[in-house]
Amino acid sequence: MNSEMILPQISWRRRATDRLMTGLSILTVLLVLLPLFAIFAYLVIKGIGSINIAFLTQTPKPVGEPGGGMANAIVGSGVILGIASLLGVPLGVGAGIFLSEYGRNRYGDAVRFVSDVLNGVPSIVIGIVAYGLVVLRQKHFSALAGGVALAIMMVPTIARTTEQMLLLVPQSIREAAYGLGVSRWRTTLSITLRTATSGVITGIMLAFARVAGETAPLLFTAFGNQFWNLKVNQPTAALSLQIFTYAISPFDEWHRQAWAGALVLIVLIVSAVAAVRIAVRHGTLAGA
Amino acid sequence: MGVGITVERLNAFYGKTQALFDINIKVEANHATALIGPSGCGKSTFIRCLNRMHETIPDTSVNGIVRIGDFSVYNGTSATQLRRRVGMVFQKPNPFPTMSIYDNVAAGLKLNGFTNRKKLDEIVEKSLNNSALWDEVKDSLHKKSGASLSGGQQQRLCIARALAVQPQVLLMDEPCSALDPISTGKIEELIFQLKEQYTIVIVTHNMQQAARVAEFTGFFLLGKMIEFDKTEKVFTNPSDKRTEDYVTGRFG
Repeated sequence: MNSEMILPQISWRRRATDRLMTGLSILTVLLVLLPLFAIFAYLVIKGIGSINIAFLTQTPKPVGEPGGGMANAIVGSGVILGIASLLGVPLGVGAGIFLSEYGRNRYGDAVRFVSDVLNGVPSIVIGIVAYGLVVLRQKHFSALAGGVALAIMMVPTIARTTEQMLLLVPQSIREAAYGLGVSRWRTTLSITLRTATSGVITGIMLAFARVAGETAPLLFTAFGNQFWNLKVNQPTAALSLQIFTYAISPFDEWHRQAWAGALVLIVLIVSAVAAVRIAVRHGTLAGA
Repeated sequence: MGVGITVERLNAFYGKTQALFDINIKVEANHATALIGPSGCGKSTFIRCLNRMHETIPDTSVNGIVRIGDFSVYNGTSATQLRRRVGMVFQKPNPFPTMSIYDNVAAGLKLNGFTNRKKLDEIVEKSLNNSALWDEVKDSLHKKSGASLSGGQQQRLCIARALAVQPQVLLMDEPCSALDPISTGKIEELIFQLKEQYTIVIVTHNMQQAARVAEFTGFFLLGKMIEFDKTEKVFTNPSDKRTEDYVTGRFG
């Protein structure tokens, strides 16, 4: 009748436990973020001093000459990643669509298994595959070979995330489209894929960021180059390769440039991912 | 204008389980027909056979004759062609979440290759008017996503989306079961207006609703059509004992 409570007052023990657990979860978040910030801070400290206009606009100078930069490697990385995305994104998204919309069978299971295995193959092995596929046939190293190697690495990640994202789209959305007399392939592309766009793009960006810093698969595919090169069938410089070469060299000036290169690489990856995110958000409606 | 539906000896299966047994029914053009019966009795399966949605579920099969107007449903015509003539509204509102309100209504036409922008504007406005949603959304047609509307508005959006394709028949699978009484009232009013232009088949769990909106009522039980008659007759003077038991609430 009256407002006497059946349950007892919340005890100090429960309140203390609540505080403790909240504190612990905040602590784990900090622990996860700490290495990221530590790495970034260290890169900035070590690298910022060597970044100047020359670093961003010039090609490497011979040993002993001061100055010079990594402009050709920055552009080369862009070219190689562009080729990789051009090949890897359609293949990966296509495979993901297959797995989610048509792959509820043994063939789909096989593709899923192979793609998970491919995800675990060491990147240098992928480099050897691209070497065999492209370099040996063309008889020289090239940006194309580097792009192929990175594309092979992107495909399984993109395929599996695309599959997961498409599976999250409720069946009722597909039925709504079928009910309007929209064919199955059209529904998949214009309704299902469109509904899952932001998740699919997240998968693509994850794969992109992962391969952007890869060095091993480029060692004997793109190979590296001290000079400007914009031809896709010629050896091409890449930031990660340049960092590797400079970091294992005995020269202090090159070490400093390697730090600067690493900083530029990280900044470029972060800005590429952020740019895509902003572009996607811009195209999204309120309440969607 | 709406067209009639003729169903003869329709059987439907999920794998080896038979869900519908020899259904025969003649649905009158430009009238509302309600299908009632306890859960799992095959009402939804039945209307999903009318626009071949049943076969989109893996491992299902159908046999029998269904004619919508002069269009033979299970005889050589494509499912997509058929579904453009037979609109469907589902149990839970399912607007396309990443599309604007306008694009949701225009989706059926756009995705089937209709590009005349001016005509599209007209059809979208007319469809939203027909589904009694225009006044509530006309200022945010392109700004808001279909998913940002309330449940009742979403369902009316789905009705507008189905109407935009200008079907001859509208199938409604428990269109009000996820809605509150006010939204339900609006949709019922809508059904009343819509049957002037369309043939409506509505599945419902709510017997009062069947009595309010439909001229004809069919009673399903365990995959069989027990009784099909004028609504008044089914509810006041049913010829089968089982129908009487159900409509008077003695079982179900």
